[in-house]
Amino acid sequence: MTTPSAILAVEKLSVDFGGLHALRDVYLELYSQEVVGVIGPNGAGKSTLFNALCGIVEPTDGSLTLNGISHAWPKTHELADLGIARTLQGVGLFPDLTVLENVMIGATKFANSGFISAAFGRSKDEARLRERAMLALERVYGTGFAHRRADSLSYPDSKRIAIARALVSEPKILMLDEPAGGLGEEDILWMNGLIHNLKLQCSVLLVEHHMDVVMSVCDRIYVLNFGEVISSGDSEKVRRDPAVIAAYLGTGVE
Amino acid sequence: MYQFINTVLIGITSGAIYSLMAIALVLVWRSTRVVNFAQAGMALLSTYIGYECIQRFHSFWLALFIAMIAGAGIAAAVDSVFMRTLFRRVSHGPIAGVAPIIATLGLLGLIRAGLGLFVGNADVSIRPPVSNIGYTISGHTLAFSPLKLVIVSSAMTLMLALSLLFSKTNIGLSLRASAFSPEIARLAGVKVDRVRTLGWAIAGAAGAAAGILQTPNGTGALSPDSLDFSLLLVFGFIAAVIGGLDSLLGAVLGGLLLGLVLAFVLTYISGSLVFITAFVLLIIVLLVRPQGIIGMNRGRRA
Repeated sequence: MTTPSAILAVEKLSVDFGGLHALRDVYLELYSQEVVGVIGPNGAGKSTLFNALCGIVEPTDGSLTLNGISHAWPKTHELADLGIARTLQGVGLFPDLTVLENVMIGATKFANSGFISAAFGRSKDEARLRERAMLALERVYGTGFAHRRADSLSYPDSKRIAIARALVSEPKILMLDEPAGGLGEEDILWMNGLIHNLKLQCSVLLVEHHMDVVMSVCDRIYVLNFGEVISSGDSEKVRRDPAVIAAYLGTGVE
Repeated sequence: MYQFINTVLIGITSGAIYSLMAIALVLVWRSTRVVNFAQAGMALLSTYIGYECIQRFHSFWLALFIAMIAGAGIAAAVDSVFMRTLFRRVSHGPIAGVAPIIATLGLLGLIRAGLGLFVGNADVSIRPPVSNIGYTISGHTLAFSPLKLVIVSSAMTLMLALSLLFSKTNIGLSLRASAFSPEIARLAGVKVDRVRTLGWAIAGAAGAAAGILQTPNGTGALSPDSLDFSLLLVFGFIAAVIGGLDSLLGAVLGGLLLGLVLAFVLTYISGSLVFITAFVLLIIVLLVRPQGIIGMNRGRRA
């Protein structure tokens, strides 16, 4: 019996910022319908890992495999077509667009991109995108403020919209950058439930500081410290790993 | 009373043309953060193409249409070939911010000189498609002719079409998102490079329309070293700055305001004060309200 190949596999990823090793020989695998967490103390390289996967920083070394096929490190504009979507730590909504418009931006890849035809016929294409956006909003219970400006939302609400914008592209891999960051207890519980449900439709790669969230929603966890993977496995294994305990004790427990 | 009405009409006509040019400058600024001095050169080139069409097909409207398409094509080519290479080569370092602007200045000179080489420096003329003799109301001749009506209504139609494009279509949405933050838009799946080039193309079409509408409104004369096109660039730029440089509505209002102010100065004070007024207005806006009259104070992120 052969094991199914990972939908995303990173091997020996290194990123240097002018002599500074931000990441070194990092590996990571993500399987279908799996939630994988990436944790580590501040400055461990979690964001750099995300940025390397999103074409925002350029890897010095390493290889990427998607669905068992070797692939060049994607450029940012290729992500949507590869079925990868990402939310940002700082939410990153367009403030002067409406909530619905914000989500529609995420659905751009479904637009019949003939510029001329789209410009003159706002018709069907437009209506379909709108419909997709509304469905994504429904998933995060956001239809109620679809027509409000994005900058009029509360912080927790804008985080939900950011997730809707990522979901609307129907990603196979959803990268969530600190989805629980800055949220109160009630919203964290809600976010927990949402991430849990997302497994039904895609795989989730998660960077998160809230240990409760990570431990409860992640099937597997990778722990980074000083740019290297120091431990990986299910939550029980990682929690007991002396290397992890040492790393967190060394920088103050989260 | 008639003098007042006439002044308003003159102001609106020239203001509509400034608005079109301002829109072109704003679109390029929004999509690539470049002040595009070459816009005047691109408009001039497009207007010459329009002139050739008039000679061949004897239709002003067809010429306007073809000139706008040509203007869009020229601008798209300039962005995708020239500017994109430049941005890649000079992406950081001390001159990264100013290099593209100087490059557009160079391009302006290049287009004018190249055009001069090609068509010669003698004036040609674009005759008005309709009469430029003012309408008469109860014995008074207004400073508003069928030609001016054509100019104002064409400009207004184009602006309306643009505002629909921006507010109602998915492309408009991509243009707005990319203008605000190319990085976030790219992450959300917008093909930002294509959208940028589209922004340039629309600007090229708007500039071409401004050029071809303004020429018969003035002396009708067209030459590669035309002063009219330099003034179109300067007034368009002032209008764009009055409007906040980032806002299309601001560009329209800025153009109309500038047109009206200059018309009133011309009629009631002195023709020799027109330029001084335009520049004083520019400086006042920059000093007192640098975010423009619309007041979009928010800078773009990242």
